[in-house]
Order: sequence, then structure tokens, then C-alpha cells
Amino acid sequence: MYTDKVIDHFRHPHNMGKLEDYSAVGKVGNIVCGDVMWMYIKVGNNEQGREVIADISWETFGCTAAIATSSMVSDLAKGKTLDEAIAITNTDVAEKLDGLPPIKMHCSALAADALNEAIYDYLTQAGRDVPPVLQQRHERLAKEMDSLEKRYQAFLGQEKDS
Amino acid sequence: MNTRVYLDNSATTPVTPEVLEAMNRYSEQEYGNASSLHSLGRNARKAVEESRDEIAASLGVTPKEIVLTSGATEANNLAIKGLAFAHPEKRHVITSKTEHHAVLHTCQWLGERGSEITYLDVDRFGRVSPDQLADAIRDDTLLVSIMAGNNEIGTLQPIEQIGTICRERGVFFHTDAVQAYGKVPLPMDTIDLLSVSAHKLHGPKGVGFLVVRKGVSLTPLLHGGGHEGGRRSTTENTPGIVGLAAAARLAFREMQSTTTRMRAYRQQLIASVTNIPGTRLNGHETESLPHIVNVSFQAIEGESLVMKLDELGFAVSTGSACSSPNLEPSHVLVAIAVPLSMAHGSLRISTGRQTTQEEIDAFLEVLPRAVEELRAISPFKVGA
Repeated sequence: MYTDKVIDHFRHPHNMGKLEDYSAVGKVGNIVCGDVMWMYIKVGNNEQGREVIADISWETFGCTAAIATSSMVSDLAKGKTLDEAIAITNTDVAEKLDGLPPIKMHCSALAADALNEAIYDYLTQAGRDVPPVLQQRHERLAKEMDSLEKRYQAFLGQEKDS
Repeated sequence: MNTRVYLDNSATTPVTPEVLEAMNRYSEQEYGNASSLHSLGRNARKAVEESRDEIAASLGVTPKEIVLTSGATEANNLAIKGLAFAHPEKRHVITSKTEHHAVLHTCQWLGERGSEITYLDVDRFGRVSPDQLADAIRDDTLLVSIMAGNNEIGTLQPIEQIGTICRERGVFFHTDAVQAYGKVPLPMDTIDLLSVSAHKLHGPKGVGFLVVRKGVSLTPLLHGGGHEGGRRSTTENTPGIVGLAAAARLAFREMQSTTTRMRAYRQQLIASVTNIPGTRLNGHETESLPHIVNVSFQAIEGESLVMKLDELGFAVSTGSACSSPNLEPSHVLVAIAVPLSMAHGSLRISTGRQTTQEEIDAFLEVLPRAVEELRAISPFKVGA
């Protein structure tokens, strides 16, 4: 069901772990639904003086696809300008892995979302303007998280009881 | 890397060479239709009936009480729907929350068509309470369907007590014994219907049987030539049936030594795995089938652990949401109230007759490493 590329990234993931001197972090997913991704970025300047993702790393709790997409999105974002990184979509991540099983497409969405959230965190921390597209995605994610928690309220209640 | 050690025997088992040999004979040489008059047909008939005798003897029932089927899913469907269709006046069925989907979904289907289904809760080990069961029985209760041993966590149900209650209250009792047959004794005196599949005990896929005790009438699911005493029409799957009987023969002949070995492996697996920090046993330490161990690991997800172990040469399975087609965690783990953070990291290890001590030792050597590698990239830290 998984492509060789997915298996390869799962077996030998790139950029894993937690950056010591990260500038910002994007945290997405929920333990309840079984996938959690934390994406760390360090922002620096390139030779043209533009802000780039100088370094990136991640920590992921999740399935094979979640780990492979974390690895792939970090490869795609490394060295890119912030605008270029914002433009990375879940489709890009899935395509670079030669595709994902349909049921696992949400993992690629999670990886692109984690990157987005890290950049959002960086810009808001610095008190900078957030591009509308990034702002919209951030709001959508907050809404999704909220509905997820409502959907799994029964499970969460059980968690508190035990 | 290819799998070298197979520890997923509750999913299916390798076919024993002796079984395959018996099956080949009835595919290549004695290929007649068991209903034909000529000698090829008569030879096939003889093989089917001798197989039936052998299967019946393994449980101490009569050959007429064996209905051969395509497997346990069909046997479960025939038991539950067949009984419901034959007794439309009784609308109530009792089952449990941890049954196999072949029972649960069949009951749900009846529930959508006018039956009323009670799904009994289980305790934290996965056991049904006989008292709760007795309380749930009503005047219009037709059937109680409770599995003998759970396929995910191994927990044994108190089926003798349940069967006795059903007898006293005049309610039919069906048990799905797919994982239990050939592994633990089954109290046939208190069972009306019992389902078995061949491929869980080193037999072929696509064949099984339902025990239908004398006096229990079922409406057939398959109408046609009137095979199996009119209870299940279709040309007998002679190679499969012969294979089923051969598999049962071997399983019962070696039951004592096999299960003694399995019990020792189970104890070793539990002791060793729970020694790893942030782990728990799902199921019961002793009231269990001998061949199934289900454990959970904090901070990692089961599907990636299965993939990691596969890469290292070991085949196991998980009840994690990520591995299921609907992304819901296993209904069994939810029913026994495994905390969700742990339910995602479940691992089922199931041994077979071919499993060796060396394989268990090798597995226990690589498992902590696989867990450690995945925990190293997880945002959650064990014990935090």
C-alpha cells in the first residue's frame, strides 16, 4: 500500500528530532486521533538578505505515512524563503513521495499544516504581518481542532476517568 | 527485508504440509463431486463424511450436528440470521461489545430490521459478567452470542457459566470459537451453536463449520441442492473439508504440548515487554487463550511499530486507528477502556504451532530497539 519512497523516508527519516535553537514551532494534530506533529524552524537570511528556513526539524507521533511526510516536508522547506515555504501544499508532499494511500492523505495535510503553523508562530512572535493565506489556514486549523475535540469528547471523558 | 518470524497467527496460520498433501489428493486425483454416483463421486462423499466424523469427534458431538461452511464469518451469519429467521416471534438478541465484526455487524444488521440487540459491557480485562447477562435476558430473548476467546486480546469468556444460564432460561447460546478451538476445552453440553474456521489452525482458508446441536432449527442462508441436510446448499468443497479435518486432527493430537509451549511463550512475552517503561498488558494475565498477547506502548503509534518490526523481519499486528480502514481505534481496546494515548500504540503478538523459543528470544531482543527508535522521534516523552 505504501510506495518505496514512503518506506524509504520511514526507514531513514531526514531532519528528525528537536532543533536546539529554533526560532518557532508549529504543533498540529491530536493524540486522540493518533497523529501529532511538531515542526521546528530556524529562520535566517540568505545571500540576498531574504528570510529563509535555515534549518528545520520535527518530532512526530504517528503512523508510517505521518513519519514519512514529516521527513519529506522538512526536505522541501529547507533553504526556502518564507514565501516559498508557505506555498508548499499537501499535494506537493504526497506527490514527492510518489503518492499516498487515499486514507493516509490527511497525513500529508498534517505535514504541510505543521510547517504553516511554524511560520505563523514565527511571524506573530516577531509582531509581523501575517499573509492572509497563512492567517486563513491558521483559523481553519483552530476550527478543525475544536470540532475534533467535540467529536472525541466521549473518548476524552473516558481518558479523564481512567 | 522479508519477514522471517511470523507472530501474527491469530490473523491466519501457515498450512501444514500434511494438510496440503491431503488436499492435493482431493483436487488432482479424487476430484469427483460428492453428489455424483460414479466411483470418483463416491470417493469424494466418503472423504467428506469421514472428515465430518473426525471434526464431530474432536468436540464430542454427532456428525449430523456439523454444518460445513466457507469459514467462521459464514458460520456466525448462519447461526445468528438463521436462528432469527426461524424464530421471528423472538426479537431480542444479546451479544457483547468485544465480539468479532462477523458477529457484531450481523447483529447490527438484524437490529436495523426490527430486532433489538443488547451489547453487554465487559470489565477492564474484557470479560462479560454472567450476572449482567442474566439480567439482560427477557421473555422475547432468542439468542445469546458470546465468543469463547477474544481474537485481539485473548481474554477467555466464562462460556460455561453463560451457557448454563442460557439453558436455565430457555435461550439459545452461540459461541464464536475461532481462536479457542483446538487451544482450550469447550463445554459442548451448554452450547447450542459454535463457529470454527480452518485457517486459524494451520488449515486452508475458505472452509470452516458451524456446530448445530440436535433440536436447533435454522433457516438456511444458501438455498439450492439441499446439501448439509438442507442447511447449506453448495457443492461440497472436498479439498477444503479434507484439509480442515487434517488440520483439526493435528491440532488436537498436539494440543497439550503446543499449548504448554504457547503458555510459556506468553508468560515470557508479558514479563519481558512490561519490563520496558511505559507499557501495559491489554487483556488478562491468566484468563486468556494461550497464543495471544496484546500490549501497548506509550508515545508511539502501533502502525509504525508494525512497519518497523516488519523491516526487522517480524510479522505482528496492531489495533491502532491508523491501521484500520475507518481510522477508528479497535472497538475491543475501547471497550476495555485502554486510555486512547495507549490504544494507539497497541501491538498483538500471536504464536502458532510452528513458533520456536529461538523466535521468541529474537523478537524480544529487537522489540526494545524498535520501540526506542520510534520514541526518539516522538514529541511525547515516556513518564513525562
